[in-house]
Amino acid sequence: MTVNIILAPILTHMVTAVVLLFFWKKVQAQRLISVIGNILAFVFCCILFSLTWNLGPVTMHAGSWQPPYGISFISDTLSSVMALLAATAGLAVGIYSTVAIGHSRTKYGYFPIFHLLIMGLIGAFLTGDIFNLYVWFEIVIISSFVLLTLGGKRMQMEAAVKYIAMNMLASVIFLTAIGILYGITGSLNIADLGVKVARIENRGLVNVSALLFFIGFGIKSAVFPLYFWLPSSYHTPPSAIAAIFGGLLTKMGIYALIRVFTVIFSPDGFTTNLFIALAVATMITGALGAINKKSIRRMFSYLIVCHIGYLIAGLGLYTEIAFSGLVFYLIHDIIIKSNLFMMSGIIYKIRGSTDIRRLGGLYKDYPKLSFVMAIILFSLVGIPPLSGFWPKIYLIEEAIDQDLYVLLAAIIFASFITMILIAKIWAEVFWKDLPKPNPEEVDQFKPLPVMQKTALIVPVVVMAIISLYIGLNAEKILMVTDRISLEMLDSSLYIQAVLGP
Amino acid sequence: MELLLVVLVGLLYASGIYMMFRRSMVKLLLGLLLLGNGANILIFLMGDLAKGTPPIIGQAEKTFTGVYADPVPQALILTAIVISFGLQSFAIILLKKVYVSTGSDDLDSLNVQDLDI
Repeated sequence: MTVNIILAPILTHMVTAVVLLFFWKKVQAQRLISVIGNILAFVFCCILFSLTWNLGPVTMHAGSWQPPYGISFISDTLSSVMALLAATAGLAVGIYSTVAIGHSRTKYGYFPIFHLLIMGLIGAFLTGDIFNLYVWFEIVIISSFVLLTLGGKRMQMEAAVKYIAMNMLASVIFLTAIGILYGITGSLNIADLGVKVARIENRGLVNVSALLFFIGFGIKSAVFPLYFWLPSSYHTPPSAIAAIFGGLLTKMGIYALIRVFTVIFSPDGFTTNLFIALAVATMITGALGAINKKSIRRMFSYLIVCHIGYLIAGLGLYTEIAFSGLVFYLIHDIIIKSNLFMMSGIIYKIRGSTDIRRLGGLYKDYPKLSFVMAIILFSLVGIPPLSGFWPKIYLIEEAIDQDLYVLLAAIIFASFITMILIAKIWAEVFWKDLPKPNPEEVDQFKPLPVMQKTALIVPVVVMAIISLYIGLNAEKILMVTDRISLEMLDSSLYIQAVLGP
Repeated sequence: MELLLVVLVGLLYASGIYMMFRRSMVKLLLGLLLLGNGANILIFLMGDLAKGTPPIIGQAEKTFTGVYADPVPQALILTAIVISFGLQSFAIILLKKVYVSTGSDDLDSLNVQDLDI
């Protein structure tokens, strides 16, 4: 079914970014316009999701060029859920940024670039063309380069060199894979590729191309051994920027992996074993990396890596239950990771530090806020019945079914380390008495006007409520993820939606 | 011609990766440039080279007859060149700024922030 509303969220963000450029250096106007743009895009994503949920996959062919010749946009359940999550995180972080991002950064174009980043993400989730996906990826990474370096502190610059080198390398590898795939099939439409790749006799070239895709997306989604750029860059920009990076950028790589390895390639035993082995390594190294960190933002950066392992494991197990767990974890992870970084931003505002040795006494000074943060932290570990619990059960169940005890051990180990870290953060930041305060570390949160405090706290609280909802109403989320996992296993649904029966 | 391009692509990829492994920031940049060009020529090569046969349907005919040059890879390369131009100019400015703030061309001197965990 053809529906033009697929483009609405993308266009909304683009128009917002362009309008914002006309308000260069007018900080208040920019904040207002940005929030309006985010709300509109969120509404469009909700409409798109309900359309997709009720009518099945909807498509749009740019310029009415029939597939496989033109660029198609398709919103199946997975795409629309991802777009909705991107819009939700974008709205929350957008509201949070109106206070958390200072005047100087807002003056030099924070909001236009932020909207271009979200536009790129939503575009990547909705496109049905592999080269178009590459272009959306590039839009996202160039926007993220600017956001990462905006402000120009030395620490940010150093981090940006690593980030840019690895991401440009990933883009080149992705482009190489597209080139080879085009050479052997003569097509760029993902659905059409799904049909054509299955008929190719030269399996060697197909496998080379598949592994190049895996390396390219693997760098972007921080899979072992290519994740080192992530922990050395995500703690340097302001927390609002880190929130959107941590929540969505790596998940875009995971989404692309899911798309490529369910529609285009059907992994053989070697590839799924590779996924599982790398998932185990990612979980263990990520967890061990986080354990000796003293700054909470560095801990969270390593936890992003660690939890990417669960997602790769879900892809490696390659069954209906595992896919359901994978998508559930994806939903949970996007909400919780962006919220964690927003939370660390509030802690930084209150105490002027993110080093756990210098923090303390937060529960005594801000009991209600601490309660919200406790919900976020416990959801991250997945203490039942909070949101991280259900997908892990699915993954563990499937690991036992397939006799993959190493993977089972790694999942439990990573969860256990996460729990230790959360206990450590809770004890050090919230329960411990405040160490002798440094004169530079003053409470910048208390003197803020009520409006600004609200703008900082409301997104965090709402995201915490969403993760509570995910945990307590797991059967509703499972309805969505079960449908997605069926669509992932049976790629003919996706192919028919684009190419017609 | 094709063999020549194949060798060239291999050389560009190999030298690009080698340059990225060096410790100098300028060499890192050169490596990225070479890799980008290698990928572009690879796409060009994968679209089957055909000399002197543009993809234009003659007036007397309704459809394509015979061999013709595939226009899609050329459009892809054009897009990729524009994108890599933007990324590379950003990278050049960034590396210049890093050089000004650290006073060193050595990538290993960029680990100041990783020392305090």
